[in-house]
Amino acid sequence: MAEPLIDCQDVAHTYLRGTPMAQDALRGVTLQIRAGDLVGIIGPTGSGKSTLIQHFNGLLRPTRGTVRIAGEDLWAPQTDRRRVRQRIGLVFQFPEYQLFEETVRADVAYGPRNLGLPEDEVSARVDDALRAVGLDPGAFGPRSPFSLSGGEMRRVALAGILAMRPEVLVLDEPAAGLDPRGKADLLDRIERLHRSGLTVILVTHSMDEVARLARRIVVMHGGRVVAEGSPREIFAREEEVRRIGLRLPQAAELVRRLRQRGLAVPDALTIAEARVAIRAAIREGSRGTV
Amino acid sequence: MGLSSAVPIGQYLPRPSPLHRLDPRTKILAATWLVVLLFVVPSFSGQGLFALGLLALLVAGQIPLGYALRGLRPIVILVGLTVVLNLFFAGGGPDGGRELFRLGPLVATATGLRTGLFLGVRLVLLVAVTSLLTLTTSPIEFTDGLERLLRPLRRLGVPAHELAMMMTIALRFVPTLLDETEKIMKAQMARGADFGRGHVLHRARAFVPVLVPLLVSAFRRSEDLALAMEARCYQGGEGRTRMNELRWRAADAAAAIVVAAASLALLRVR
Repeated sequence: MAEPLIDCQDVAHTYLRGTPMAQDALRGVTLQIRAGDLVGIIGPTGSGKSTLIQHFNGLLRPTRGTVRIAGEDLWAPQTDRRRVRQRIGLVFQFPEYQLFEETVRADVAYGPRNLGLPEDEVSARVDDALRAVGLDPGAFGPRSPFSLSGGEMRRVALAGILAMRPEVLVLDEPAAGLDPRGKADLLDRIERLHRSGLTVILVTHSMDEVARLARRIVVMHGGRVVAEGSPREIFAREEEVRRIGLRLPQAAELVRRLRQRGLAVPDALTIAEARVAIRAAIREGSRGTV
Repeated sequence: MGLSSAVPIGQYLPRPSPLHRLDPRTKILAATWLVVLLFVVPSFSGQGLFALGLLALLVAGQIPLGYALRGLRPIVILVGLTVVLNLFFAGGGPDGGRELFRLGPLVATATGLRTGLFLGVRLVLLVAVTSLLTLTTSPIEFTDGLERLLRPLRRLGVPAHELAMMMTIALRFVPTLLDETEKIMKAQMARGADFGRGHVLHRARAFVPVLVPLLVSAFRRSEDLALAMEARCYQGGEGRTRMNELRWRAADAAAAIVVAAASLALLRVR
């Protein structure tokens, strides 16, 4: 089997180490991310999700443990961490607050220019990245990023990372604060990016988002990984999920309640699955009573 | 997290000491008075007593001596310069006292040494008095106290409440803006920014992608804050009550008497 793309071994991180305000954010995380995966990281506030993902591209240095990117120790002296940041594209929460250029074009070009690419290559990448997030380069390129709507700004920020052509896209709460249509649209795009070959890591509070998108879920609590598995495996452990302050996806919750009322509905995690399952159960049920 | 906690705001050291519990007005007035006193004290013996008194206050305020001394570090060079310059130049002409030694054309005199040391000690004590104030008074208390003290000057057109409110808000937002700076720097580093390389001009330019978003967010925050304050019917200091009323207690009176008595005694020392 191929080497994992991201390999964390016993990674711990303490903020403000050696001061009275020291705080353990990660307490030994061992985790592998393989190429082509779509991993959802969930966990209550303060569980260490955001701290963990900043270790993936070397923005934070672990106070213990190692992080390897495709086998290469991220903190070895000879490692070029800027190159790693190109490979592991990290989109922070509310990334629209990092926009600064006069035009959308120039802002998206910031990353590729930092990589020292020739201008025609930069230009091609900017066009591709803007199209990938559904913005027409001709119409939006010359506009000021500050004249856009919140959803458009967020997409420009995402394009800014995509223009660096990363292998892994790490997203911290990408849909937070968007309206329902903006949310759905963004999640569709993430799914499409994953299908086009990008490895995606999605940090979120929304159980519905992970249930819909993730192939694999990592559950964090108190700076540790407490569970790992497919969405079906994770949400089957309902008690544990609730105990750490999370809940089931809405569709799974609906199915559970229907079952309590005596309707034999098979498992479902997404709305689409639940629809099929409930229809089948009703058909089954009515046939039984006849 | 990180950057903000690494930078101390003022140098307030929270402790459960009687000095911390004093009304900030008492402490501001006492510190002001002690600063004036320092300029009146005429001799080394007076300064020595003053230093002893200050030491007692440090103990009363439960401030570790080492921590307080660290606050003096920034003025070491200034004090050194004062002593050296006076040593050579404060002798003042031919009757400048006994000659100590010569350094080329420079003559070090006994008077010069005395003046230099005297001024050096005065500087150290000045800074010590003011740090004692900031070590034992939180910035919020400090601005509250200042507002109350400036209130009588309102008749002269001094906007006491507005000044204090501005100081409070500015202090409140220092950690927030530092956090924000760190966040934006990380976001730009994720886009390949490098803040540590290249010559000065290059590095200054590298900060534009940090400063623009920071400025935008500061404006956004201030608008939000103004709106939130208006939503809660803020309309300036007129008729406004406060959560923590400053109250002048027996302890404050006692402290004032102690400081007054000690300084009177000090003034009698020649």
